[in-house]
Amino acid sequence: MARAVTTQRKAINTAIAWIVGLLIFFPILWTILTSFKTEAEAIANPPVFLFFDWTLENYGVVQERSNYMRFLWNSVFLAGGSTLLGIIIAVPAAWSMAFVPSKRTKDILLWMLSTKMLPAVGVLYPIYLLCIRLGVLDNRFALVVVLMLINLPIIVWMLYTYFKEIPGEILEAARMDGAGLKEELLYVLTPMAVPGIASTILLNFILAWNEAFWTLNLTSVDAAPLTAFIASYSSPEGLFFAKLSAASTMAIAPILILGWFSQKQLVRGLTFGAVK
Amino acid sequence: MATQSSRSAARIMMAPAVFVLLVWMLVPLCMTLWFSFRDYRPLRGGDLGFVWFDNFVRFVTSSSFWPAIFTTLLIVGGVLLVSIIFGVLLAMLLDQPMWGQGVVRILVIAPFFVMPTVSALVWKNMFMDPTNGLFAHLWRAFGADPVVWLSDVPIFSLILIISWQWLPFATLILLTAFQSLDSEQLEAAEMDGASPLARFFYIALPHLSRAITIVILIQTIFLLAVFAEIFVTTGGAFGTRTLTYLIYQRVLESQNVGLGSAGGVYAIILANIVAIFLMRIVGKNLDR
Repeated sequence: MARAVTTQRKAINTAIAWIVGLLIFFPILWTILTSFKTEAEAIANPPVFLFFDWTLENYGVVQERSNYMRFLWNSVFLAGGSTLLGIIIAVPAAWSMAFVPSKRTKDILLWMLSTKMLPAVGVLYPIYLLCIRLGVLDNRFALVVVLMLINLPIIVWMLYTYFKEIPGEILEAARMDGAGLKEELLYVLTPMAVPGIASTILLNFILAWNEAFWTLNLTSVDAAPLTAFIASYSSPEGLFFAKLSAASTMAIAPILILGWFSQKQLVRGLTFGAVK
Repeated sequence: MATQSSRSAARIMMAPAVFVLLVWMLVPLCMTLWFSFRDYRPLRGGDLGFVWFDNFVRFVTSSSFWPAIFTTLLIVGGVLLVSIIFGVLLAMLLDQPMWGQGVVRILVIAPFFVMPTVSALVWKNMFMDPTNGLFAHLWRAFGADPVVWLSDVPIFSLILIISWQWLPFATLILLTAFQSLDSEQLEAAEMDGASPLARFFYIALPHLSRAITIVILIQTIFLLAVFAEIFVTTGGAFGTRTLTYLIYQRVLESQNVGLGSAGGVYAIILANIVAIFLMRIVGKNLDR
């Protein structure tokens, strides 16, 4: 809705929007600022905003005390592994549904979506029990599979909507030139599909990174990612605000940066193409 | 258009995804159903055989069932109300011409990318802590007694935390919908003398209705499953036990698997009722 407005009106809009934006962003900003304070400054009343002795001490303490790197590595492994595995399974499925649609394609897509609607708590015990019986409770690989499965419907849907936008005429032209299924896939579709696949990877990495039901319930020590690491701060340890902030900042910083790039995909990925 | 061979190739390509999701759905679902009909307490006697519908009756007649339903409705309803109302307002604001629009949009969306355990803990300790929290400082600055947020007004506090996480999602979707609004239509209405309020209620809001419906449905499904926020803030105390949390406690904390599974079946049915409406909209959209 680009309409001509006066500079004055634009200035007012800008002022209101920035105030509201900063207000909403404030808890994150405050967390980041507090992570650079000493514990005394972190709880000072009146609160200090910018003029304090900036220190990196908290980051050092958090790393030393909690083996932070292990949690970080687990988060990377779980989010990366589940996304990659999901993409490997979903690309062929989405490809075939987008380019060789049959009467059942729509039903299959909707059914996949319906599995995403299954409340996790409803199947908590069966999954927990299966993990115990198979000896994979608190195991990274088991969690990769679980996270892949809960995000697979979103991955298939996102890829499907991206693939749908690739014009079918290009495929027909390629077929006319004698391209087989393999050539079609490798030389025609892949280059056109890469942006869509990249966006899908991005959003699902974020979703898996932040997943906090299965990662809390199926891990204890070995496979625990950052979500569980932060949850351990809900004990009195969390009252050390500066350290809590440092730990939190380290847990969310990578995703905030990735999130920056994935705003558009967020709408597509989470509304299943229903809002464009 | 598609040949026979490409059709069978397509089926093979779809098979792994369909297979793993089918297993993922059916196996745990059948197990939950099986357990829900049995008296199964791993720590006290193990599997004591079939009790059929006893668990289902006991789950709904227990004294914690209706409070949990009530809490669930309050939290889901509260967060929906906040995120829709402020989401529409924010989307309208962000749609206006301004300087630094891209940056403001990122500031507004950022909370969505914060992991639930972090946002819950940051709010709980750094804002709502009754001695050192920022709110306590603020209250004292005005000479008021600090509020013990999570035990005095626990539901309100949770709605605040969860709304903060979900407002960006609603805003982003509504903004996307706003941007597809036909500006010529608005200008025509303006020239015909329609007031800003009339333009909002008769043109913008009807245009947004579909996006609002979708936000409601999707958020409801996610909000019914809220877990980490309660886990790290109140742990289900002070009347913040939702249906999801109640089932979690039955299954893993008190290890009454039969009873918890019956609750799980209820939760699945509840989520499915919402899901049916969502699927209908999404399905219609597929045809176009």
